[in-house]
Amino acid sequence: MQKSLHIDASKCTGCLQCEMACSYENYGVFNLAKSRIKVFNFEHEGRKVPYTCTQCAEAWCMNACPVDAIAINAATGAKVVNEAVCVGCKVCTIACPFGTVNYVADTGKVQKCDLCDGHPACAEACPTAAITFVDSDWTGLDKMRAWAGKTDTAARASA
Amino acid sequence: MRHLIIGNGPTGLVAAETLRRLQPQADIVLIGDEAEPPYSRMAIPYFLQGGIGVDGTYLRKSPDHYAKRRIQLLQARVSWVDPVKKVIELADGKRERYDKLLIATGSHPVRPDVPGMDLPNVHTCWTLDDARAIAAKAKPGARVLQLGAGFIGCIIMEALAARGAKLTIVEMGDRMVPRMMTEKAGGMIKHWVERKGVSVHVNEAITAIEQQGDALVAKVSRGGTPIVADLVICAAGVRPNIGFLAGSGIEIGRGIRVDNHMQTSVADVYAAGDVVEAIGFHSGQPELNAIQPNAVDQARVAAHNMAGEATVSQGSLAINVLDTLGLISSSFGQWWGAKKEEGGTGVELVDEGNFRYLSLQFQDDVLIGATSLGWTEHVGVLRGLIQTRTRLGAWKDRLLADPTGFMAAYLGSAQKAA
Repeated sequence: MQKSLHIDASKCTGCLQCEMACSYENYGVFNLAKSRIKVFNFEHEGRKVPYTCTQCAEAWCMNACPVDAIAINAATGAKVVNEAVCVGCKVCTIACPFGTVNYVADTGKVQKCDLCDGHPACAEACPTAAITFVDSDWTGLDKMRAWAGKTDTAARASA
Repeated sequence: MRHLIIGNGPTGLVAAETLRRLQPQADIVLIGDEAEPPYSRMAIPYFLQGGIGVDGTYLRKSPDHYAKRRIQLLQARVSWVDPVKKVIELADGKRERYDKLLIATGSHPVRPDVPGMDLPNVHTCWTLDDARAIAAKAKPGARVLQLGAGFIGCIIMEALAARGAKLTIVEMGDRMVPRMMTEKAGGMIKHWVERKGVSVHVNEAITAIEQQGDALVAKVSRGGTPIVADLVICAAGVRPNIGFLAGSGIEIGRGIRVDNHMQTSVADVYAAGDVVEAIGFHSGQPELNAIQPNAVDQARVAAHNMAGEATVSQGSLAINVLDTLGLISSSFGQWWGAKKEEGGTGVELVDEGNFRYLSLQFQDDVLIGATSLGWTEHVGVLRGLIQTRTRLGAWKDRLLADPTGFMAAYLGSAQKAA
């Protein structure tokens, strides 16, 4: 059974432990600017919303990549950037309609959530279970995927 | 079922792979005329810069990728198409039969019609062979004159600067990347690259190039000072490769006309990528849109229809991202906005000192276009908001007050609505 990140924004306190853990896991430093998960602050509503890649079935990033630098990890289902192959052209960053692939000037490569090889550091670090790593069927990701499907052609264009 | 695909760039390749997934038994032939495995022109600047070897430009890295998928690669140039007999003829006279044909022949660089454009040290930068020739000549300290500051010109500029060339750019438009950037943003890019030591002439054209000894001398319009260079690179735009279709009966405007199934005016003949004039997402009219993400989206739509699964494209949407010597810019959709009487409004945030810029353009409460400079975080959402025609409701006024909150606007409106 593949697992997905499940985000329950109502439980998020905005502590940013997820961002710290993500940065440390991937770069060995606590630098929020390097985190692949971001907590958005809705001042009007007093709400915090953590947000990252949903590993969507359409895989806009992967399909747009001109050098085959993004591939699916067969074990986790994550779309993973191969930094050795990425040339830093940034096409994926404008192709992803969720805005969850971003260019990192330091490395000259793009970055996105890769589910930490099946042990997401953000979920492990979250003290309130706002971010959990659960069976894909439970995540309610369909809502977001429905939105992804509207972005271009029929969802089955990824078949 | 026998699918022929003319053109082995990203469009042809993605179509071939999609067809293979949909039709495990079909014959699929992918035809290209260059003596290289399928490669990406998008990667050429990085090859020219020396960051990757030639294999880094290949569209697929595994040598047995094509054999494993039974995609037959054929190196040949197609000389004509006969949609009545459903055959194509190759330059060597051989014929190939098809059941479904995809034309994905892309585009070619144009050379302005001025004397001297055919001199040996005047190059376009389009193929791997072009890049190899330029790499041999663009040595540190070489004087390079580049014609055109469009997308391709700008993306090559980075590689040339990294090779230590001394760069001069001449652009006919009034700013850099005039077909992708607002007046303000194009001006800021010009300012940025000038600070990095590139000499930029806008509103100017080269009227002739002459060989004088080892050097090239380019005459400039309106009696400007001639420009001396060791190498001239022509990046003056691209045009669809449609010459071989003359007399085929396939309807052609500036590119091949296709409907939203990517089908041409002729049965069983499809076209996708740079070569087509597809229906524009906003205009509803045929548009040329030579960009990678569009090309691969169109390839998938075409392949589904070729396999008998009716699939419709929502229309061609221009999205671009560019890195000009470290300043990253992007533009989306109808970035120039809409008229006020048609419900158009917009907001422009300008920070010239820090080279940060953001323009959002709306029609009613829907985002229709955007331009950014110095922004790399979450810019993809701008595409998402435009292409889903998400109604922003109250978020529109918040964005007019603070356009930087576009990601929050997406989370607050699009996801709620889905």
